[in-house]
Amino acid sequence: MEHRASVIENLGEVRAMIKRHKRNDLLFAGLGLLCLMLGLVTLMLLFWQLIADGYPKFTLDFLTEFPSRHASRAGLLSAWTGSLLVMTVTFVTAVPIGVAAGLYLEEYAPKNWFTDLIEINVSNLAGVPSIIYGLLALGLFVYMLGFGQSILTAGLTLALLILPIVIVSTREAIRAIPVSIREAAYGVGATKWQVVYDHVFKYSYGGILTGVIIGMSRALGETAPIITIGALTFIAFLPPAPITAEPPFLNFEWLSSGFTVMPIQMFNWLSRPDHAFHINAAATGALIIVVTLLMNGAAIWMRYKIRKNIKW
Amino acid sequence: MKTQLFRNTLMASLIVQAFSFSHMATAADKIIKIDGSSTVYPITEAVAEEFQRAKGVKVTVGESGTGGGFKKFCRGETDISDASRPISQKEIDACKEAGVQYIELPIAYDALTVVVNGKNDWLKQITVADLKKIWEPGSKVKSWKQVNAAFPDKPINLYGPGTASGTFDYFTEAVNGKAQASRTDYTPSEDDNVLVQGVAGNVGGMGYFGLAYYLENTDKLKAVPIMAKEGAKPVLPSEATVMDGTYQPLSRPIFIYVNATAAAFKPEVKAFVNFYLDNAPELVKEVKYVPLPKNDYEAVKAHFKSLKPGTGFNGSPEIGIKITDLLSRIK
Repeated sequence: MEHRASVIENLGEVRAMIKRHKRNDLLFAGLGLLCLMLGLVTLMLLFWQLIADGYPKFTLDFLTEFPSRHASRAGLLSAWTGSLLVMTVTFVTAVPIGVAAGLYLEEYAPKNWFTDLIEINVSNLAGVPSIIYGLLALGLFVYMLGFGQSILTAGLTLALLILPIVIVSTREAIRAIPVSIREAAYGVGATKWQVVYDHVFKYSYGGILTGVIIGMSRALGETAPIITIGALTFIAFLPPAPITAEPPFLNFEWLSSGFTVMPIQMFNWLSRPDHAFHINAAATGALIIVVTLLMNGAAIWMRYKIRKNIKW
Repeated sequence: MKTQLFRNTLMASLIVQAFSFSHMATAADKIIKIDGSSTVYPITEAVAEEFQRAKGVKVTVGESGTGGGFKKFCRGETDISDASRPISQKEIDACKEAGVQYIELPIAYDALTVVVNGKNDWLKQITVADLKKIWEPGSKVKSWKQVNAAFPDKPINLYGPGTASGTFDYFTEAVNGKAQASRTDYTPSEDDNVLVQGVAGNVGGMGYFGLAYYLENTDKLKAVPIMAKEGAKPVLPSEATVMDGTYQPLSRPIFIYVNATAAAFKPEVKAFVNFYLDNAPELVKEVKYVPLPKNDYEAVKAHFKSLKPGTGFNGSPEIGIKITDLLSRIK
């Protein structure tokens, strides 16, 4: 009898405890949701504000006109072509170097203090403020190597900036591949390169791509290092076309051309006294966000597609 | 295998080409390179836009600030440098060392405007002495009552440009008697729109910046008429009062510095500067700055034609200087 009473009493305690724990669970879920919403809602409001302010400039003319002192006539042509060309240089340099470095570190490098040092450095580099890269590039690319204040310099600077992101994401993508795949390949007599190229690289392709695109979308919005190396503000002509009608059909003069990019144009418009320019700035901001979202969306979609095609 | 090899050599040659071209292209193309002050930028941008449309010569304009612009200018990287203050002694030395000679050309006036909140109904005018009382280093003025016993006891909130700005240099020189000497407990910003927002959002606010920023915000701000001395006539900044020299001491000339070698040997640079001076009266007004009097533009044009290098200043701004006096100092 006595024994039974204590069980019932215990049961009450246990129920109370369960209730308490469930309440805590709910509390945390609510708190988490609130935190998530804080970020999301802020972003949405900002984005909405930009769209509402910049709405009158969502026209084709805005993309086909050069900058001007007349806010209504001013457009983004030199800024978006500048951004596009700089991004091209960044992509062409950062991706092969970053992916190769990631593959090497993960697959080939011996594990010793030296590679540990490199690893720590790569991770730290991802956190270095971007203006430091600008200062480095000003000394190295602009003056020492004599590339001048050019598209080439800007592209290489941003490539340095996103290299750590590309390397880290490459390594993470590679680590996600089961060891059994490698062992199976070795088991049928594949060389290291065959394993790396035919299996490791191909299966981690989606993850690598995601890292690359996230890096690129960061580079797109960077302003500080680009200002440091001396980007222009007013430039009302386009760099020489990369493709020509005569052989050799490719022209690399554009690499040495002066340039401006979208965030700089936006910054300039925003600092003007005339409010009409602030509309242009808002429209530019909205465009940058849309392009970034599209790039990130593409990354997610491609990763999904590629994952689906992998059959282990 | 063969095609692979071919492809590789093609890639290699393209890369080599890319790098060799990067040095050649600048020499082949005629581009007028301008950099410098963000205050002068709107005027130069307007001229560049029109010049490119009229003559088809490419012009680029950067916005590194007066100091940043002179750094590039004295390395010979730019043809023209925009400046909101005269060239400093350090920059004179740097240019000299690099063998860069320059022609100093005043191209317009900027009126530094002292503004208060639109709802401020007590401040009708202010003497330079009172401005000094508010802005001098170590100033203890915290309330409007301390400026004048008749004013309400409302906190005074100060907004001004950062210490790297040419506007800051000139205002401190004109008001406090020494460039860079200022109280430091004000809200600084390099972005004049931030200063506008600050004063507009604060009944007790006060700030100073270029006239153009006031003219775009007359609905929120009030410009304060300045009295050079106690008992003098209070003067509001405007095109008329700046041009006839009565808005003192806060109107200042702004400049372009032209590389003397480029002016002499590059016909496109010469054409650009002449175009600049010919069209300045109209374009300067359009971007809401104050043009020089007509005769002064003629004097500046004659000065440019003579290609006389050098500066009329001794490395620091001067208050209330006449353009013709300035030009005649350069022998």
